[in-house]
Formats: sequence, C-alpha cells, structure tokens
Amino acid sequence: MLKAHQAQVASTIKFSWVDGPGNRYVLFLQGCNFNCLACHNPQTIPLRTPRANEMTVQEVLEEIRGSMPYISGVTVSGGEATVQHEFVLDLFKEIKSRKEFKGLTTFIDSNGNAPQEVWIQLAPFTDGVMLDLKALDDAKHIELTGNSNVVVLDSIRYLDSIAKLYEVRLLLVPGQNDSDRELIDTAVWLRGINPEMRIKINAFKTHGVRALARQWPEASDADLARYKDIVN
Amino acid sequence: MTSLENIRSTVNDSKFTYRQRIAQLANLAENLLDPPPVRKQCTDALEKRIICDMFEGNAPYRPRYLLPDYKKVLDNGSVFLELPAAKDFDDALAFLLIMYSATPSITGYPVYFGDLDTLLLPYVDGLSDEDLYAKLKRFWISLDRMFPDAFAHTNLSPVYNRVSQMIFKLERELLQVVPNISLKVDPVLTSDEYILDAVTTVFACGKPHFINDVMMQSDLGSQYAAVSCYNSLKIGGGSHTLVRINLKKTAEECNGGVEKFFETTLPFYLDLTAELMESRILYLVEESGFFESNWLVNEGLLDLEKFSPMFGLFGLAECVNILMEQEGDSGTYGHSIAADDLGYRITSFIADWVSHRKMPYCDGNDGYAFLHSQSGIDLDLDVTAGTRIPIGTEPPLIDHLRTVSRHHHLFASGISDVLSFDETAVKNPQAVVDVIRGAFKSGMRDFTFNLDSNDFIRITGYLVRKSDLAKMPSARHSSTFLGAGSVADSHVNRRNVKRVMSAESSPSTSS
Repeated sequence: MLKAHQAQVASTIKFSWVDGPGNRYVLFLQGCNFNCLACHNPQTIPLRTPRANEMTVQEVLEEIRGSMPYISGVTVSGGEATVQHEFVLDLFKEIKSRKEFKGLTTFIDSNGNAPQEVWIQLAPFTDGVMLDLKALDDAKHIELTGNSNVVVLDSIRYLDSIAKLYEVRLLLVPGQNDSDRELIDTAVWLRGINPEMRIKINAFKTHGVRALARQWPEASDADLARYKDIVN
Repeated sequence: MTSLENIRSTVNDSKFTYRQRIAQLANLAENLLDPPPVRKQCTDALEKRIICDMFEGNAPYRPRYLLPDYKKVLDNGSVFLELPAAKDFDDALAFLLIMYSATPSITGYPVYFGDLDTLLLPYVDGLSDEDLYAKLKRFWISLDRMFPDAFAHTNLSPVYNRVSQMIFKLERELLQVVPNISLKVDPVLTSDEYILDAVTTVFACGKPHFINDVMMQSDLGSQYAAVSCYNSLKIGGGSHTLVRINLKKTAEECNGGVEKFFETTLPFYLDLTAELMESRILYLVEESGFFESNWLVNEGLLDLEKFSPMFGLFGLAECVNILMEQEGDSGTYGHSIAADDLGYRITSFIADWVSHRKMPYCDGNDGYAFLHSQSGIDLDLDVTAGTRIPIGTEPPLIDHLRTVSRHHHLFASGISDVLSFDETAVKNPQAVVDVIRGAFKSGMRDFTFNLDSNDFIRITGYLVRKSDLAKMPSARHSSTFLGAGSVADSHVNRRNVKRVMSAESSPSTSS
C-alpha cells in the first residue's frame, strides 16, 4: 500500500498547452490499471519502476509555484491519476485551500476506471475531469484495454451528473474502433447523457506505442475529417 | 561618405520605387555634410561600431520619433492644414490621413498613427456595423498603401470596444504589413475575450504586440504609446535620436575581466554614447530649426518638453559570455545563473549611469535619456538584439521568460522579447493568454509572439511577409529590404520554436 503523502511520479511538465484549458502544470503519475495496446507511454503503466520518482505533496506544490503566475491550473494525468487518488485528493485540497494558489483550476485526466466513491471524494476539490473512452462495446474495450468498460461508463454518467465532466476523449484507431457504426453508437450514447457534452477526438499515432500497435495504421487526415463529421 | 557613384547608382536603382529613390537621395545629400562635432574618441568608437547612431544621417533635421497629439488636432482642427475640427467618422478618417501625410519621422513616414480605437470611438455612435466595416476597411487599406513602412504603428486601448474589435477583424482579413499594432494590456480592464481576439489575430498576421499598460503608465504617464518597433514614448513628444552601444564590442575592448569592465571599459563607452547623443540633440534643437518652424510644434501638437532621447544597448548576451570566459567560467547567458546575474548587473549599472547623466533638452524624462533595449538592424551579425537570448539557444519557455523578464523594468522606452510558438497554441489560445498575463504579472514590459506557420515574420520588431521576401528584389514596403538583409544574415526565420528580432535604417539601404 502506498502512503498517501508520497506519489510515484512518472514526470512533470511546467507548461503544457495540451492537457486541459489554458497553460497548465501537469503531474504524470506512475501506474495504470489498464493495459492499452495503443498506449503512447507504456513505460508509465507499471506502478513500481526504478524510473519513477517519489514526490511529496509539498514537493509538487513547490514545482507548481515555479510555474506561477503563468498557468491556469494543474492537471494530474498518468499513468492513471485515480490509482493514486489519495495523493491527488491531498494535493488538490492544498491547492484549493491555500491563498497563494487562488484561482488555479484542478483537472484530472483519467481512463475513468475508478469507483464512484473515489469521484465523490475528489469532486469538491476538482474542477473538471477529462475522461477517455476507448470503446463503447465492452468486448472491444476488453480487447483494447484488457478491462471491462462498465466502471468507465458509470464514471461518465456520474461525473456528468455532478457537472464535473470537462470532456470525453475518443482515441480512434483505424480498423480497431473507428467504424461508422461504432462512432455513431458512441456519439448517440454520449449525447443521450448530455447533448452538450464536449467530445474530443484523438487520432491514433504510432509514436511511443508497443510492437503490436506499431503495426496498426495511423489515422489519416481523411479519417480525422470523417470522425469529426460523425461525432459532431 | 557619399560619392557621385552612390548618387548615380541610387538614381538608376531599379529595385527602388520613385519615392524610395527620393528618400535615399535625401540621405545621401545629408551625408555630404559634416556630422555634429564630437571628440576624436567618439568618432573612433563610431567607426568601430562600438557605438552606433543608427545611420540616422549627419544633420538631424527632424526628431527620430515623434508622436503628435492626434486627439487635440481632431478636436480643434488645424490652421496649417486648413481643416476644421472633425465632426463625424468620415471627417476623422480623412483628417487623419491628411495628418499622416504631413508628419515626418526618421523613416519619412509617420511612426505613430495614434491610438486609433480611442481616437475614432467618439465618432462611431449611430454608425451601423456594416458602415463601420466598409469605412474602416478603406481607411485600413489606405494606411498600408500610402504609408508602406512596417514601422508605422498604432496602439489600441486596454478596453475592448467596437472599433478595436473591427480592427482585429480587418487585420485577419487584409493580412497587411502596415500598420504595426500594440495592444495596451491592463490586468483588470483588459478582458480575456479581448486578449483572445488579439491572440487569434496574431495567429493570422503576427500582430498585435502586447504591452504592459500599468508599467508603461508608471514610467511614462497615461499619455504614452509604443511606436516604430517597441519604442515607448510620450504622446505630444518623442525621441530626438537613438544612439546605441554595442555591448559585445565593448566587452571585446576589455581584457581584464568583469571588475575592469565595470570600472573603466563600460563607463568609457557609455560616456561616448552619451556624447554622440548630446551632439545630435544640440544640432536638432539649436541648428535645424525644427522646433521653431514645424507646424506640429506651432499648433501645440508636439512639445519639446515631452521629448527625451533613447539610450540604446544591444549584444548583452555576447557581452556576458565574453566576460564569463575572461573569468574562466563556461556559463552562458540564458543557461547559467551566474551569467544571468552578470547580465542583470550590467543592465542595472547602465540604467543607473544613464539616470545620472544629464542631457540637454530632455524634459520628457526630467533631464535624462530613456533607456532602451535595441532590437537590431540588418547588419548586426553575430550579435544578439537588446537583452535577448541568442537565436537558436533559447531555453524552454518558462526559463526564457524568467531570464529576460528581470531586465524589463529598467527599460522605460521599450525592450522586446519575441517568442515563437508552434501550432499547439492555435488549439489552445487561452494558454497564450495565460502566458501573457503571467509575463506582465512577473514584470515584463513588452511581449510579442509569432506563430511559425503564418506568412508573417517579425524581423526585429517590424513585420515582413515571407511571400514578399520571395518576390525580392522589388517590394513596395521599404522595410522589406531591411528584412531580406536580416533573414539572409542572421537566420531569424530559423529561430528555435518560440522565438523572433528590429531595424530602421542601415547602410545598405539608406546611406
């Protein structure tokens, strides 16, 4: 069992323009409870690795100070952020309670595989969650991630109901999860929960992925245009 | 020195327009005269380009930069121009174009068009959006076609309004080099929506440049503007001249390490820089008759009491690196705390020195020159603009901002740092807003960024269209020729992602 006040950290970024709204400090936690074939940082999947660093909440706060006053907020990503949810909670509580961090928003980038109790604890200190949906069809989801999506779908419903779902991201891999049928079903399901839901499409790239997925084709501009056409 | 061959080749130079040839011939004629008198050490330093008069010409007969009080003339009309006060939007636009045609500067074109949103806002009540668009568009095209010089500059006020919104819309549509634009940013008055509109406009055409309104007002008062390239001066006044010291060459004259540099070498060349400025100011004010005869002065639109010259410096990065090497330290500017601290010690020393060196006719700054971080001209080879980090060696954005920001408070008349951003900015413009707000909160005065992928390249502060460079050697904008020199010589179009550099005249084009 990990101590809550110490996190296994894969890396940190002082300025990121691709991990939520505005310029953000990003903490990439080590360890993920999925094992996605298309993962572009597979080195962050195991929880224990000599490459990870241990950081305390205070150490992370010190780094965040170093990115101020240039940032909108902080994003915790991974790995999977919620695997170390106690640490995330401690960190976000500090950010939200200290005057020096006033105005910073707190976001979580998650695979959604966390039970509702975790979201209930995090929600008061979290401004938004960016959540990945790898496939709506459970068999396909298991094939792509090694896990069922039942918890993920629950997370989407729950976070939307408490207005903490910032966006749902679809990582689309040509020939794997990008048929018109799958995209339409996914869009209909998501819009059925909330017609205004932000859906972000991430096109699959082979950069960083493991051997099997490296053989998959990358999404082309034409693929991307088709995805956007169907989903939006 | 001007020779008959210089004159002949200018007369016959087919890469210049008629007007460009006239301007060139005027420079050549001026340089037949002896320059204002200075001591021999000063002439020697000038010849070695340790100090530099920006090739302004040997007989200054108009101030380098002047910022007429356009508000006053629109309200009162002008005897010289035989125009009554402007009554409506059409009057105001026509009045301004006429004003510009009668406003001199070092470039021959006005370097300041006024804070156009503030100037025009009183005349737009009752005007439909369609009319505002059509009228302002004709005016905007006229600015670019009649005053084809990228140093011609307008400012926009901190509060979002109908006119500034329309100006950004036109900028994105017209993609013109002229006018250069600065947006005055206040932490409270300027909305995120306004900055986002501006950031989106930079994505399209490289404008506007962002300025820290709070810092500027505390140094220059509420009536100020940024003109030409990042030169912030008083409205109703300006700068007689800009003389700059090449800190790289100054360091090369020193061979005794840091302490000797501060004790003897630097003060010696600062004194020569001041001497050159002083002699040029005296000529302008006491010999040329500008302040007795020019209509802008006669009608109270310019006031000598609001003038102060710009004491420029450049090449800080190389200066620091040379001195570090003399001290046996391998740290370099932008990459070493010791080097950065030395850099700050140098700019602080110069700021203090300049603030104790009285200058004649400088009531614009209580008798002293304004310190200016000069952003370069096209013959600056192997030397970095102002206090910038050398192109291609810029550290990550946050370290870059930290290294340069600390100098900004020292340079009341402007300092520029140009950052170059990649396409991720386009997808997240709020991130750019965050960085701009953070930069001003941490003490930056000027902030400019370029997007790598658009057609505009900021050379040193002014803009050139890459497509115009491709069309050389004939271009409508005089400043494009300067840009070609910069691109060929210093590879400013290949700076590290997140970065860019300025020029007004150079021997290759104007003497």
